[in-house]
Amino acid sequence: MEREELKKVQSERLRETVERVYYNVPYYRNKMQEAGLGPEHIQSTDDLHKLPFTTKQDLRDNYPFGLFAVPMSEIVRIHASSGTTGKPTVVGYTHRDIATWSEVMARTLTCAGANRHDFIHVAYGYGLFTGGLGLHYGGEKIGASVIPVSGGNTTRQLQLMHDFGSTVLACTPSYALFLAEAIEESGISRNELKLRVGVFGAEPWTENMRKEIEEKLRIKAIDIYGLREVSGPGVASECLSQQGLHISEDHFFPEIIDPRTLKVLPQGETGELVFTTITKEGLPLIRYRTRDLTRLTYDKCTCGRTMVRMEKCLGRSDDMLIIRGVNLFPSQVESVLLEMSEIKPHYLLIVDRINNLDTIELQVEVDEAFFQDKISQLQSLRNKIQNNLESSLGLGIKVTLVEPKTIERSEGKSKRVIDKRKY
Amino acid sequence: MLEALGEESIKITALTVADTTEFGILRLIVPEPEKARDLLRSKQFTVNLTEVISVMAPNEAQHYAKVLRILSDLDISIEYTYAFSIGNKSIIILRCSNTEEAIKALKEHELELMRASDLYKI
Repeated sequence: MEREELKKVQSERLRETVERVYYNVPYYRNKMQEAGLGPEHIQSTDDLHKLPFTTKQDLRDNYPFGLFAVPMSEIVRIHASSGTTGKPTVVGYTHRDIATWSEVMARTLTCAGANRHDFIHVAYGYGLFTGGLGLHYGGEKIGASVIPVSGGNTTRQLQLMHDFGSTVLACTPSYALFLAEAIEESGISRNELKLRVGVFGAEPWTENMRKEIEEKLRIKAIDIYGLREVSGPGVASECLSQQGLHISEDHFFPEIIDPRTLKVLPQGETGELVFTTITKEGLPLIRYRTRDLTRLTYDKCTCGRTMVRMEKCLGRSDDMLIIRGVNLFPSQVESVLLEMSEIKPHYLLIVDRINNLDTIELQVEVDEAFFQDKISQLQSLRNKIQNNLESSLGLGIKVTLVEPKTIERSEGKSKRVIDKRKY
Repeated sequence: MLEALGEESIKITALTVADTTEFGILRLIVPEPEKARDLLRSKQFTVNLTEVISVMAPNEAQHYAKVLRILSDLDISIEYTYAFSIGNKSIIILRCSNTEEAIKALKEHELELMRASDLYKI
């Protein structure tokens, strides 16, 4: 489709979306009225910049269903985040939303070269997480044979992969590497497996990881991108040229903004990715800030596709860490620590990737008044911190107690995180 | 740390190191605990004072065993203990969960407890 023609479609869909949220979602109507805007002010995608942004916090403030734009009787599916970073964010889908999601996921799989003759091994988790069901519906849509194996139980995974002749692997990149090692150890010869391509996402991964996955599993490793709030997996996907991820921009309209000034950046510049959903019914989002940093290319891809491409994500515009697929803000660790009188909220998080698995260590200062010469006491304190963190964050963090005043103080904003992972 | 104590001529009566893979604690008995603590704190060490019991007994294993038995029978737990000998006497250092009760029990068994001031004179 020519860009002018596409823009017409996008603008029309945007107008419909804005009108829908204005009349059906009090939150959006109030925000637009505050900005002195009515639906008539948004005629094309050129007007989008006038609209206020939506953030994850807005979803939380309207927990659980406050931003839904249809009556609950129209909602046929609900997904939610694990809620590790506060209240879960909840998304709802109508019948048409599920159909759209399946469509964009079908595009993702087609981009990766999959078709009706493939066996798609879906090792993403099924459940409230959108990974499993997203891939599942997309796989069915292209007519492939979908194996909904879900996460865990690696031995069975390998057996089914071997016996069923899985050709497409869908999981997180770190699990792909884990599987690669498990295959080596299992004694199954790679030649007995029919794997051809993998679609990997849900966490940031490096070009080095891609190389390693491709060499070890002898497959093409395709980066896919999506986020639950916008739809789930299927928002964007690499094609076999592996030159950036094609965004389904006829459903999800992207902008790149400067995260500080919040101004839209000129084409080709790196900034924060912002999405406006232009076909969603259940939970339409206007200018949703993803916090992912990337840039867009509008050139035609060597594969022939004309949809805009985003670069592999380069990082985040906030301090959120993604540890083994779990979202973590340092401030969450801090609030757990602040509840414990035995320690000072002087801490340092050290994140690394060892054998392709994320590791996280917390160094925290013990309060001098609490320090005693009993090792048992220090150990139980360490265990207590570890348990408190695990129960409120859902993440195992190695805790190391350190002496008071040993964590470097800096003027102004202190350094709380050392991330040794290479992106 | 020893240099810091040495510079201020603070004597050390006993020294032990407790370490695990994760923690290391140096335990000292010194004649002037407050002074040593303040000095070490000023040098950025983490220091705390803690009470221990010292028992003087003949330098034979059975006497050490007797002390532990008395405490064990009363369900007083011992966080740690160590001993050193001087001639035919031995000094047993005990860190107990309940110091008061432990002292009372040991006195009842007519064991010779040493005052801090005496210990520091050794």
